[in-house]
Amino acid sequence: MTDTRVEAGTRPPRLGESAPRPDGTPKVAGSFAFSSDLWHDRMLWGGTLRSPHPSARIRSIDIGPAVALAGVHAVLTAADVPGSPTYGLEHSDQPVLASDVVRYEGEPVAVVAADHPATVRRALEAIVVDYEPTDPLVDPLQAEAADPIHPDGNLIRRIHLRHGDQGAVGEVQVEGTYEVGMQDQAFLGPESGLAVPAEDGGVDLFVATQWLHVDRDQVAACLGLEPERVRLTLAGVGGAFGAREDLSLHVHLCLLALHTGRPVKMVYSREESFHGHVHRHPARMWYRHHADRDGRLVRVEARLVLDGGAYASSSSAVIANATCFAAGPYRVPSADIDGAVVRTNNPPCGAMRGFGAVQTCFAHEAQMDRLADALGMDPVELRRRNVLATGDRLVTGQVIVGTAPVAEVLDACAEHPSAAALAADPMSLPGGAGRTADAGHVRRGEAVALGFKNLLFSEGFDDSSAAVCRIEDGVATVTCACAEVGQGFVTLAQQIAREVLGVSEVLLAPAETATVGSAGSTSASRQTWMSGGAVQAACEEVRHRLLRRVAESYGVDVDELVLADDRVVSLGGDFEADLTAVTTVPVEAEVEFHHAPTQPLDEDGQGDAHVSFAFAAHRAIVDVDPDLGLVKVVELTTSQDVGRVLNPLQAVGQLEGGAAQGVGLAVMEEVQVQDGRIRNASFTDYLIPTALDMPPVEVAALIEQPEPGAPFGAKGIGEPPSISSTAAVVAAIRHATGLDLERAPVRPADIALAEARP
Amino acid sequence: MTIARTLDDACAALAEHPQARLLAGGTDLMVGVNRGQVGLDHVVVLDRVDELRAWHRTGDDLLLGAGLTYADLGRGDLPGLLPALAQAARTVGSPQIRNAGTLGGNLATASPAGDTLPVLAALDATVLLRSATGSRELPLAGFVTGVKQNALEPDELIEAVRVPVLDGPQEFLKVGTRNAMVISVVSLALVVDRGGRGVRVGLGSVAPVPLRAAEAEAHLADHVGWDDGSPPAPDAVDRFVELVAGAARPIDDHRGSADYRRHAVGVLARRALHRAFPGGDR
Ligand SMILES: Cc1cc2nc3c(=O)[nH]c(=O)nc-3n(C[C@H](O)[C@H](O)[C@H](O)COP(=O)(O)OP(=O)(O)OC[C@H]3O[C@@H](n4cnc5c(N)ncnc54)[C@H](O)[C@@H]3O)c2cc1C
Repeated sequence: MTDTRVEAGTRPPRLGESAPRPDGTPKVAGSFAFSSDLWHDRMLWGGTLRSPHPSARIRSIDIGPAVALAGVHAVLTAADVPGSPTYGLEHSDQPVLASDVVRYEGEPVAVVAADHPATVRRALEAIVVDYEPTDPLVDPLQAEAADPIHPDGNLIRRIHLRHGDQGAVGEVQVEGTYEVGMQDQAFLGPESGLAVPAEDGGVDLFVATQWLHVDRDQVAACLGLEPERVRLTLAGVGGAFGAREDLSLHVHLCLLALHTGRPVKMVYSREESFHGHVHRHPARMWYRHHADRDGRLVRVEARLVLDGGAYASSSSAVIANATCFAAGPYRVPSADIDGAVVRTNNPPCGAMRGFGAVQTCFAHEAQMDRLADALGMDPVELRRRNVLATGDRLVTGQVIVGTAPVAEVLDACAEHPSAAALAADPMSLPGGAGRTADAGHVRRGEAVALGFKNLLFSEGFDDSSAAVCRIEDGVATVTCACAEVGQGFVTLAQQIAREVLGVSEVLLAPAETATVGSAGSTSASRQTWMSGGAVQAACEEVRHRLLRRVAESYGVDVDELVLADDRVVSLGGDFEADLTAVTTVPVEAEVEFHHAPTQPLDEDGQGDAHVSFAFAAHRAIVDVDPDLGLVKVVELTTSQDVGRVLNPLQAVGQLEGGAAQGVGLAVMEEVQVQDGRIRNASFTDYLIPTALDMPPVEVAALIEQPEPGAPFGAKGIGEPPSISSTAAVVAAIRHATGLDLERAPVRPADIALAEARP
Repeated sequence: MTIARTLDDACAALAEHPQARLLAGGTDLMVGVNRGQVGLDHVVVLDRVDELRAWHRTGDDLLLGAGLTYADLGRGDLPGLLPALAQAARTVGSPQIRNAGTLGGNLATASPAGDTLPVLAALDATVLLRSATGSRELPLAGFVTGVKQNALEPDELIEAVRVPVLDGPQEFLKVGTRNAMVISVVSLALVVDRGGRGVRVGLGSVAPVPLRAAEAEAHLADHVGWDDGSPPAPDAVDRFVELVAGAARPIDDHRGSADYRRHAVGVLARRALHRAFPGGDR
């Protein structure tokens, strides 16, 4: 249970107050128990044999030499998977273990359990796989025309969105082709877990994940067990950002545990982790924007191709987002947007913070700047003339009924004063500790970008969340399977319970599948709304039942009773009781919370597909060393549409963290894939921002306009920070250098060699 | 495992266990161990050998113990005596790595991106090797024999590095795709030897081994006003930059392209020269 006790004399934080995370200090101090710290005295160690080829036929697998090694307890291949041979979030197209072909470098082929990690390593080396390598399909633009590399074909999904007058033409047109590289979530704590065989023939799996129940259903199907016999408990998560939405080692661990009858633990190395989870989709995006002379958008045309890699994962939903939000948070009366996500022999791609909106934001914001340039107009003014507001229609035809303070978000950010002087310390110039820059050669640039995306799941999906609230002896216990991956549900659930029940002491039970229904995924900026909503509703139901019981037993009017400060009191002041005294007999309620239903997109990509939207703006100031192509992001200012702030500390943390990932994608973060192989599968070469790369994030404003339908009016805040931040940083580099820079991340050579040309 | 307290301990342990691995700061070795690429049958631990962590001045030479950490290279009198080496040390990794990683480890690893190597090349450093049976001294070029290859015999260790104390400014510049804690894409060390009327340039990450830009050095020697310290004329600087870039033998890899490296090493050469001889036209 999460410890919520507070020091004597201090009042625990309520809704709207900063609540420090219980895992904050342990994570910084190194005492947090990650899933890789799981331990069982009788446990074996597991390991995975992965394909060295991006594309190959498997002629044969000889496990004999591995089985023969002392200390090896199991060597399993596809033939040992008792249930469904495949799994997947939206399409069950990914083999638990490859049998006849491998479709990406690093695809699991066999798993081993042994008495020691070194034995595991030797056993993996001893397995003989006879591969016949085939030419990998690595160019997403060739995928649709190429021979299918999977029985389901190479096109995972195409949405051809058409909106408004298809003959509309603007007087001013700008065109561009943009590209975004493959980003890794780079979470703390590589994939790890512990599976323990149970007496009922089932298995208990302790694992770091984002969505316990959907994991359970997929694991159970592959094991050929009823879902009840597979029980998942959330283990210590470092971070997720989408990378833990798909299964990784889950089925493998359970297979090994059931096969050996022993607990089995597996921990990926960082290198293995790069091969063991999905990444952000690389994107190629062609755009043409039409506007009138006053800068009003007339039409947006776009062709989007996302590389889904070898398996579908959540690609279908990612391309829906990319397509729906391709035109940005602007009024666009006419649109023709063709979005396709295809299958290749590159590493599988799926969910990552921002989920399709990051890629198109990079493109539509570059287009807006280009349009401003063509019109001779200030880029912020151009945006101001086009921003969406409540009552406007998206290019999907959906009318925004909730809050949409886009103009406020834009103005707060763009008009925020800047304090950035040119650094005197060479460490703070581009190149940092390498001391490469001379202040005289540094050029400064500044730009603003705007982005948005949907909150919660879309297209008719009912991603409900369940929560149980129980109050006994004056202590409330909340049970919810919401995976805490760093987003802050653990503090929020307590804050909500305190708010609704007026109780100080709130315990949060472990997140597990056995005790409560699905909370849905910790993704899509949805848990504050969905599981927060479930906790609120469950607590309200408990309050209702408790007050009714008190009213009946003491003969007071139930409408007169309120819960506050660990007491039940009547408004008139004639009744008062201690909460502990009236809850010796517990009160409990379980609630399943649903959001307003949505519709699928029709064949023209039209429909009320989304529940709600959130908007953010970023302004970046950068210093660039044009000769070396090195960049220092000097200042990052942001404002965001948040509905209502429930935990200010956490809110700012999300804005900072999301922006850091955005800065990373702008200037350094890329999984480099060549011929289907990852060239930089380590933190030596997959670079993420350090303290010298990440400027302080200035929060110009958290725009609080309560969202109808959302618990306490709060919108999700996790993803918007990573949408417009990349676009703003690259735009600022364009401003500093005068270069087109149509690709993120911007590499030093993109600047330095472009400048060096005559 | 042998925890050596003295150099003799360490050499004796190596003589007894020719397969032994020397462990200094462990910042390279343990990466290999964790990846399962390096086996550890026997380990000789060096970080408690005080002799290795000292430095001495003998005449115009400095003897730097192989166990000096990057943090040590940036402390006390050393940055004044060897500014480029201190600057290079400051660019290495993070504070944790600089507190653990050693000069000897960087040399033995012999990575093309090892940050002390271009400085040691520019300084004409020699490497002192020792075993239970004797000692020898090799020039840097004789010690680093290829990508992650060195001239150590199985029973030998690096005892120290000999470098001269020079009269003149020194510069080290390193390009990486991140502002700190990054493996170099290109690096350059430039040291001025007023006494010898020469400028020496070492290049990192542009060849399998650290390089010297010999032609560029020879060219420049004639264009510096050694008596009044005046900078070379602009066309002489341009020629110098061209010759430095021409000396590089870079490859394309995931950290950068050969074209970028050749270009960037020229930019670094120009900037280093300007810092060493300020005032000239750029
Ligand atoms: C996060 C991180 C960042 C890094 N950043 C940089 C960087 O920016 N620049 C850079 O150049 N390097 C960097 N490195 C690499 C490493 O820190 C250096 O190469 C360091 O100098 C190695 O020294 P060590 O004492 O840790 O060597 P160890 O890891 O202990 O040993 C490395 C090798 O040298 C041998 N060895 C050690 N001492 C001796 C000796 N006296 N005689 C003979 N052989 C010996 C060992 O047997 C082993 O083969 C980084 C490493 C990490 C993990």
